Amino acid sequence: MGDILRDAWTIARKDLILEFRSRTAFLSAAVFTALVLTVFNFGRDPTAVPTLDLAPSILWVTFTFAAMLALNRAFQLELENQALDGLLVAPLSRHSIYWAKLIANLVFVGTVEAVGLPLFVLFFNVDIGGVLAPLLGVIALATIGFVAVGTLFSAMVIKTRFAELMLPVLLLPFLIPPLIGAVQVTAALFSGRPLSEVQGWLRLLAAYDVGFVTLATLLFPATVNE
Amino acid sequence: MTLLNRGRLLTIVGLVLLGAVYVRALAFTPTEASQGLAQKIFYIHVPAAVWAETSMILIGIASAFFLFLKDPRLDRFAEASAQVGTVFAAVVLTTGPIWGKPIWGTWWTWDARLTLTLLLFFIYVGYLVLRGAITEPGLRARYSAVLGICGLVLVPFIHFSVLLFRTLHPQPVILKPSAPSLPAVMLTTWLFSFCVFTLLYIGFVTQTYALLLRREAGPPAHG
Repeated sequence: MGDILRDAWTIARKDLILEFRSRTAFLSAAVFTALVLTVFNFGRDPTAVPTLDLAPSILWVTFTFAAMLALNRAFQLELENQALDGLLVAPLSRHSIYWAKLIANLVFVGTVEAVGLPLFVLFFNVDIGGVLAPLLGVIALATIGFVAVGTLFSAMVIKTRFAELMLPVLLLPFLIPPLIGAVQVTAALFSGRPLSEVQGWLRLLAAYDVGFVTLATLLFPATVNE
Repeated sequence: MTLLNRGRLLTIVGLVLLGAVYVRALAFTPTEASQGLAQKIFYIHVPAAVWAETSMILIGIASAFFLFLKDPRLDRFAEASAQVGTVFAAVVLTTGPIWGKPIWGTWWTWDARLTLTLLLFFIYVGYLVLRGAITEPGLRARYSAVLGICGLVLVPFIHFSVLLFRTLHPQPVILKPSAPSLPAVMLTTWLFSFCVFTLLYIGFVTQTYALLLRREAGPPAHG
């Protein structure tokens, strides 16, 4: 297990350095997030619907789309110059490749969310000061779930036709359970209700993360083996 | 008899018996007191729902075994089952609103069970779309197996959300921990219908399986 994580970190670091040096993908994803938030602002009647009622959905729909956009890119990077083949012949376990992509994607999506959250607070005037810690917790829980499944699927769709279209079609049904949970918990937080009320949803999110990270780790070799 | 013909025969028998189910449901089964005639759709809706979900479970199991055994028959079965499952899910999603309009007063509501079936339908469609987007058979089989297993694991998660969401949907009257709370005569009709749907599922899957086999074999040499 230690080896897997160490190898995973080496590859993830490579991905992140590439990402950091070019910054194109990150900037596009961050701008995309800002744009979705802007679109949401004009997609409602502010005099009819109180912002607080819509806020959890706005936050989560934005994060879902941002994650999807980011995940599309995860293996696209490896397609150029057949880099994936190079990775596969390297003396690494397949599991560590999955974990590498998982870590890199988590950092990437997490950074985009770190840009999106303050913008969300700014644009919609939502007070998150008192609930920041639990809110970050639920964002982390849901993001791990999104990225765990998304990383696995993005490894598959790159070899299909219409990859960019295929990923959302395959992935969105899988994002619905964590999305419902995240929205419920966020709504409870924003309206000042106690977390004990949404305990079931928190358990669902945690179980989803554990379940799909394990499953994807086990299944990933089947997506790359020749 | 070829596999295709066997499948056709089963399907024809199933369809004839489906007619018989409706004769029995309409003429020989009492009308439910509060829902009236609308309740009759239950004899199609529920068996189709059971098979739409069972089909997903079977795909998941076949996929898991496929990754170990690499037996193309398992992959073929999974594809056939996905096609039939999609149709059954579509039946559930069509009959549900027809019942919902007179009883709930709305065609659609975001009730947990409806959402579950809709998501199941989307997983099926995604599964078939993925299969359609990969031309190489080995790759297609592996990828769809991965997606099939993920689909199987997703279903309990969606089910769990049924427990957490407040639901409008009638609670199960047959498949529940205590004894079925359905009058015996209705239960008999339902069981009859369930057997017919089982037969239809097997018939459709056999036909599709045979067609897939034929497609893999390529066009006939003399054709």
